[in-house]
Amino acid sequence: MTEITRRNTLKLMSAALFAGASFSLLARNAFSAGTITVLNWQGYGTDEAWSVKAFAEKAGIEVVHDYYSSESEMLTKLRTNPGAYDLVVLNAARCAQAVAENLLQPIDFAKVPNVATVDDNLRSNPNFSKDGKGYAVPWVWGMTSLAVREGLPKPASYAALADPAFKGRVAMDDDAIINVALGALMTGQDMNNPKDLDAVTKALKSIKPNVKLLWSTEDQWNKSFAAKEFDLSMFWSGGSVRSKRNSKLPVEFVVPKEGAIGWVDGLGIPASAPNAEGALAFANWLIDPAFYVEWATKAGAPASSNSAALKGLPEDDLSRQVHKAEYLKSMSIMSALPDDRREAFNNLWQEVKAFYAE
Amino acid sequence: MQNNQLTVASVRGLEGPRSRRQLPSWVATTALLMPTYGWLTLAVFLPLLTMLVFSFMSATPMGNAPIVFTLKQYRAFIDQPYLVRIGLTSLMIGFWTTLFCAVLGFLAAVALARSALGKAREVLLILILLPFWTNGLVRVFSWTMVLRENGFLDSILHMVAPDSGSIGFLYTRYAIVVGLVHGYLPYMILTCYIALVTIDDAIIEAAASLGARWWTILFRILVPMAAPGLISGAVLIFIPVIGSFMEPRILGGRVGVTMGTVIEDQFTQAFNWPLGASLSFTLLAVVLAIFATFSGVLRRGTTA
Repeated sequence: MTEITRRNTLKLMSAALFAGASFSLLARNAFSAGTITVLNWQGYGTDEAWSVKAFAEKAGIEVVHDYYSSESEMLTKLRTNPGAYDLVVLNAARCAQAVAENLLQPIDFAKVPNVATVDDNLRSNPNFSKDGKGYAVPWVWGMTSLAVREGLPKPASYAALADPAFKGRVAMDDDAIINVALGALMTGQDMNNPKDLDAVTKALKSIKPNVKLLWSTEDQWNKSFAAKEFDLSMFWSGGSVRSKRNSKLPVEFVVPKEGAIGWVDGLGIPASAPNAEGALAFANWLIDPAFYVEWATKAGAPASSNSAALKGLPEDDLSRQVHKAEYLKSMSIMSALPDDRREAFNNLWQEVKAFYAE
Repeated sequence: MQNNQLTVASVRGLEGPRSRRQLPSWVATTALLMPTYGWLTLAVFLPLLTMLVFSFMSATPMGNAPIVFTLKQYRAFIDQPYLVRIGLTSLMIGFWTTLFCAVLGFLAAVALARSALGKAREVLLILILLPFWTNGLVRVFSWTMVLRENGFLDSILHMVAPDSGSIGFLYTRYAIVVGLVHGYLPYMILTCYIALVTIDDAIIEAAASLGARWWTILFRILVPMAAPGLISGAVLIFIPVIGSFMEPRILGGRVGVTMGTVIEDQFTQAFNWPLGASLSFTLLAVVLAIFATFSGVLRRGTTA
C-alpha cells in the first residue's frame, strides 16, 4: 500500500494537472474550427442568448463575446489584440478609420447571400468601402430628424424650426455634431464638412425665438413632451418609436426634404481574424429576416439594413413605419471628423447656445 | 556622584524592559500629519496639478493626436468673446444665490438658535437637514414639476384665482436661482447657527433692557457677531454655485448656459479636456481675485 507521502501527493497532483491541461487543450482544438469571437457593445443584438443558441444549432459555430464601452476602446482592442476577434460591430464613421489603419479585411460578399436585399445606399456608403472593396456588411441604421406633435401640420423643411408658428415651442438636441449637421442641411451644405460655418451659425441662431429648451436625454425629452412644453424637436427615429410605443406620446417622426441625419452600424472582419469564414456566416445570420424580426419584436432593435428583414416586421410595427426605405436616399450619414473640425463644431454650438441664453 | 548614578540609571534604563526610546518630536508630528496631508495631496493637489498640466496641452492626451504644449487654451476668452458674457451670467447667478441664501439662512439660523421650547431646536435642525439626505438631482427635478406651466405652483394659484394666467417660470434664470438657493441653503444655516449659539444671551438681554428695538438688536449685535458664520457660509456657497451645471441645465432650459455647463460640455461632449481645464483655472483665478479684493472685509469679519 502506498503511503500518502508528500512526494506521492505531488506526483498525483501533477499528473492530474497534466491530464486536465491536455484535455482542455484537446477540447479547445476540437472546437476552434467552430468558434467565433465577436466584439460589440453589450446587449446589442449579437449576444441575444436565443440567437446564439439557434445559430450554434444551425451552423455548428459557437459565438463568444467580448465587449467595448466606447468606440475608441473598440479601436484600441482591435489594434492591440490581433488574432483575437473574428467579427466587430462598428459605426460607419469608425469603420473608415479602421480601414485606414488596415485593421479590417475586405468582405467576400459571395458568402453573405442575404446582402442581396441590403439597401444599395447603405452598401455604397464611402465609409464602408475603399478602392471599390467593401469592408463591412451594413447591419442596422437610424436617423435624427424632426419629431412633431400629432395633429399639427407636418413640416416640409428644417426651416420650420425657425417658423414663427412654432414660437417658443421648439426643443433642441444639446449635441454639437447634430446641430452643426442641422445647420448645414438648412443652408444646403455637406453636413460632414460644411465650408461656410458662419452660415451654419446664422441658421441656428435664427431658431432662437422658437427655442424653449435643450434636451440631452431621451427621458428628459419624454417628460417635457408629455408636459406639453414643446411641439417640434430634433429627435431620434428609434427614440420616437419608443416614446410612442412605451410612453404612448402623440409624436410623429418626420423627415423633411433636406433628408435625415443618419447613422449606420456595420459588421466588419478584423484583418487578423482566425475564423473569417464563420464570421461571415454569423454576419449573414445577423441580417437574416428570421433573426431580425425576432430581435426587433422580442427585445427592440434599430432598423435593419436588409429591406427584406424590415418587411418581415408586422405591418403596423412602428419601427417599420418610421424607417422608410425612401428616407435612405435623402439621408446623409455621419462620417468621422478630424479633431480640428470637431473642435470647431463644438465651439460653434457653444456660441449658439450662449446666444440662445442671452 | 549623583551624576554618575544618573548616567548608570539611564544606560540601564535603555536596556530595561519598561523603557522606550524617545522618538524625536518631528517623527510624531509627521506621523500625525501624514494622513491629512497625504489625503490632501492625493485627493486635491494631484488632480488639480494634472488638470493644470492638461490645460496647457493642445489636445486630450488619450487619442492618437500628437500633444503639443500651448497657451492657446487660455486665449479662449479672447477668441470666443461670448464666454465673457457667460462668465458674467455665472457670477450674477452666484451673487444672487449667495444673497438669498444669506438672508434666508441667517433668519432661519436665528429662529433655530432662539428656539428654546422643549425639543423644538432638534426638530427644526432635522427638518433643515432632511432635504440634504435626498439626491440633489431628485430635488432639482421636483422643482421642474413645481415651476413648469400647469405645475404645482399654477395649480395652487388656480385654486385661489381660477382665471389667472400662468405664473410658472421654469426655464428662466429665476428658476435656476431658486433651485440653487434650495440646494445650498443648509450650508448657510449651519454656519450661521454655529456662530449664533456662541452669542451670550446676556448681551441681548442687556441690549433689550437698555431699550434697543428688535431691529437694533439684529443689525447692531446679531449680524456683526455672527459675521464669521455669514462669511464662511457665503464662501462655501459662492464657489460651487458659479461652477454648478446640473441646476442650470435642468431648470434653465434655453437660458441655462453657465460656465459650469460650458466646462462640463468640454469634458463630456467635446472631449476637449484642455479647454475645460483652462476654463476652470481661469474661473478659479477670477474667484481668487474677487476674494483678494474683499480680503480686508473678510478678515475683519472673520476675526470680529
